Amino acid sequence: MEAEAAKLIGAGIATSGMIGAGVGLGVLFGNYLQAAIRNPSGAASQQTMLFLGMALTETMGLFSFVVSLIILFG
Amino acid sequence: MAEQPEIDPMHQFLIHKIWDGPTFQLGGLTVDMSITNSVASMIAGAVILVVFFALTARGQIVPNRAQALAEGLYNIVDKVLVTPIIGHEGKPYIPYLFSLFMTILVLNMMGVLLAIGNLGGLTLTFTVTSQLAVTATLAVLTFFSVFILGFIKHGPKFLGLFAPSGMPLPLLIFMVPIEMLSYFVRPVTLAMRLFGNMLGGHVVMSLFGSFVVALGLAALAGGLSTLLLVPSVLSFAMIVGLTGLELVVAILQAFVFTALATVYLNEVVNFGHGH
Repeated sequence: MEAEAAKLIGAGIATSGMIGAGVGLGVLFGNYLQAAIRNPSGAASQQTMLFLGMALTETMGLFSFVVSLIILFG
Repeated sequence: MAEQPEIDPMHQFLIHKIWDGPTFQLGGLTVDMSITNSVASMIAGAVILVVFFALTARGQIVPNRAQALAEGLYNIVDKVLVTPIIGHEGKPYIPYLFSLFMTILVLNMMGVLLAIGNLGGLTLTFTVTSQLAVTATLAVLTFFSVFILGFIKHGPKFLGLFAPSGMPLPLLIFMVPIEMLSYFVRPVTLAMRLFGNMLGGHVVMSLFGSFVVALGLAALAGGLSTLLLVPSVLSFAMIVGLTGLELVVAILQAFVFTALATVYLNEVVNFGHGH
């Protein structure tokens, strides 16, 4: 296999780290919605925490994105 | 088949000089004063911010539209972030957090709203926050101001941040390095998050944009390939949706960056209360 082809395949595989971020975001928003439907009056106060959790979870996926960029262009 | 235009979604992030400026030596480093497309976008962003400030700084009792917008943005930082997270002691830090929020917001929004300047291989506009150098500067500036503020306010006691209270000594040997690592990785994640979000969004938008052109050109060949018009139009619809999503992301990332800065600041301001 040529090195260039292996590089492209590797970059593609590296993005599979985003699976975890996707699952994490699903769990996060799903649980938030569940809690918000059970107790609508408390939902608004937790929105900041929701977005903070979203940002922290998303970062893990973005790391794999950056790794694949490093493989492609580094 | 018509001639295929080259699909190169990373082209829009290339920095090139618009105006050649003088170079000079400063302590062994070569400083280039040229205006690049990145610098030009930053200047444009700064002009927008200054004009916005000039329009809204004169507080009226009945606000006009621009002032209502400015008050709304200020309330995001004050009423949504600083007051609930830090409390009253957070008030002195609002100017920094608000400037951080506005800077990132304006630069992000410029990248999304003026994305049309990148059509057809042009690089008229530029998303400044898609450069790791810019986001890293903002992140490092924020992180170290907060870190140094901790030492100014609390002195050497501030190092207790790395040692969770009530922990037995054998565990502490393992916990302190882990805590230190998770603390000092913060500027990296802060910079990476903004950079990755802006870069990723623009790459996807640019990819779908090139699908529209490439498939549309292929459909012009006539015959059976006219069917390619369908995915071309679908890609165009996708761009419309993605632009909306990118607007949300642009606002959300500015909010998230400020929110995390507020949380980090909270550890310093309310040090010893929450632990």
